[in-house]
Amino acid sequence: MICQECGKRPATLHFTKIISGEKTEFHICEVCAREKGEMIPGTPNGFSIHNLLSGLLDFEPSAQSALGAKPQVTRCDNCGLTYTQFGKLGRFGCSECYKHFNARLDGLFRRVHGNTVHVGKIPKRSGGRIQDKREIENLKRELQNRIEQEEFESAAKIRDEIRELEKKLSGN
Amino acid sequence: MEHRSYTDNALSEWMKGHGPDSEIVISSRVRIARNLQTQPFPMLATNQQSEEVLNQITSALQNEELNTISNFDFIPLTELSELDKRVLVEKHLISPNLANESRNGAVILSENESVSIMVNEEDHLRIQCLCPGFQIKEAWDLASQIDDIFESQLEYAFDENRGYLTSCPTNVGTGIRASVMMHLPALVLTQQINRILSAITQVGLAVRGLYGEGSEALGNLFQISNQITLGQSEDEIIDNLYSVARQIIEHEKAAREKLLIESKPRIIDRVMRSYGILSHAGIMDSKEAAQRLSDVRLGIDLGIIHQVSTHIMNELMVMAQPGFLQKQSGEKLSAEDRDIRRAELIRERLSII
Repeated sequence: MICQECGKRPATLHFTKIISGEKTEFHICEVCAREKGEMIPGTPNGFSIHNLLSGLLDFEPSAQSALGAKPQVTRCDNCGLTYTQFGKLGRFGCSECYKHFNARLDGLFRRVHGNTVHVGKIPKRSGGRIQDKREIENLKRELQNRIEQEEFESAAKIRDEIRELEKKLSGN
Repeated sequence: MEHRSYTDNALSEWMKGHGPDSEIVISSRVRIARNLQTQPFPMLATNQQSEEVLNQITSALQNEELNTISNFDFIPLTELSELDKRVLVEKHLISPNLANESRNGAVILSENESVSIMVNEEDHLRIQCLCPGFQIKEAWDLASQIDDIFESQLEYAFDENRGYLTSCPTNVGTGIRASVMMHLPALVLTQQINRILSAITQVGLAVRGLYGEGSEALGNLFQISNQITLGQSEDEIIDNLYSVARQIIEHEKAAREKLLIESKPRIIDRVMRSYGILSHAGIMDSKEAAQRLSDVRLGIDLGIIHQVSTHIMNELMVMAQPGFLQKQSGEKLSAEDRDIRRAELIRERLSII
């Protein structure tokens, strides 16, 4: 297939653009793609994952404000990034942004990951408390299982373990 | 300079090893993204702030435990020429982003190049581990071990609910991106690949590759990686990728057997033609090189070609790229000159036997 831009070189990049159900295909060579700039992923003007994210961020939960919800923080007071900038760049400015924009992030994370809460690894030095809390949650689930299966003796043991951990947590 | 060996040899030491299922899985890679609690992410950091990050990470490097894993070389990006950077990108040791855009960027490489730690890329710290063949769990274990060592020295940005905080929302949570690079020529030839690829994307995994015409990836190489980093544990993410990749390996094996039974003369013809062209051509563009090398690799795996090793195929995959070709010839080459040099290099390597 020949490049549809220059009509000389073979087309090596193939794109399909679908806008409102209308499909357009591009077949161009690398040289023309570079000249056009916009076609090569990773170039400064090119399409990137961040552009895609800003698309997702356009889904503002405006209904919330209409319902008289609290006005939301629009700027991270640590690094100064505004929510609008975050929307454009698709990237946070610092770890504090997560706190400042927290109310708006569930929707985004649900769209990107299908989830909103971390369940993986926890840093050892700062994570002792978090680990204990997570352990309590696991034990509570286990306790429920045992009760349902009428294994009351082992359920009692688990209940004691939970109490022990809760005591430790409140002591901290 | 110390970094010379990293940019002179096409093949990293780790690539010379033979991993499990290496006739289908070329390599397994795990990358984890981490940030320091107090500093703005690299995108917004001032020169001074990114220098502080670099200093903090450099001092964490002094940890003795790290030396039990390997000797590491610390290479600031400013010490590398544009061409050297490009070679490291082609070897997957650094990202194009680190090479082109980072401020106070650096890479820390283990002796055998299986560990590459990027500083001041999109995140402060990106730990990447590469293993030959299908060893995704091993790659994760190593990455996690190095993560623990850094974590004992540095205050990571971590939130109880969101997990490890990253610059891009697509990495938050575990910060983990695990991927396997697979060579799937038989699934492409038997036209089963589209069905399989669309099934992969249904289970939260992504497929990447340099796409050529239609659905054909360049050189039949496909990189399969996890999409989701939040709400699944690292083990779940790795297990999910492992089991999907395992199934693809079995499908590819079955497709190869089927090809051998049903169209052996055609396969032999295809493989030998590609071998003939690679060992005699005078001009070879990168797309054709990728496809022909894929055919020869399949020929080696199927026992049709004995005189070339997979090792040489791996080497050629890296050497046939623009950065390396220019590095080897010591000058900047035009596209046509590169095609000529590529053909020459492949001829040389294939006649070494």
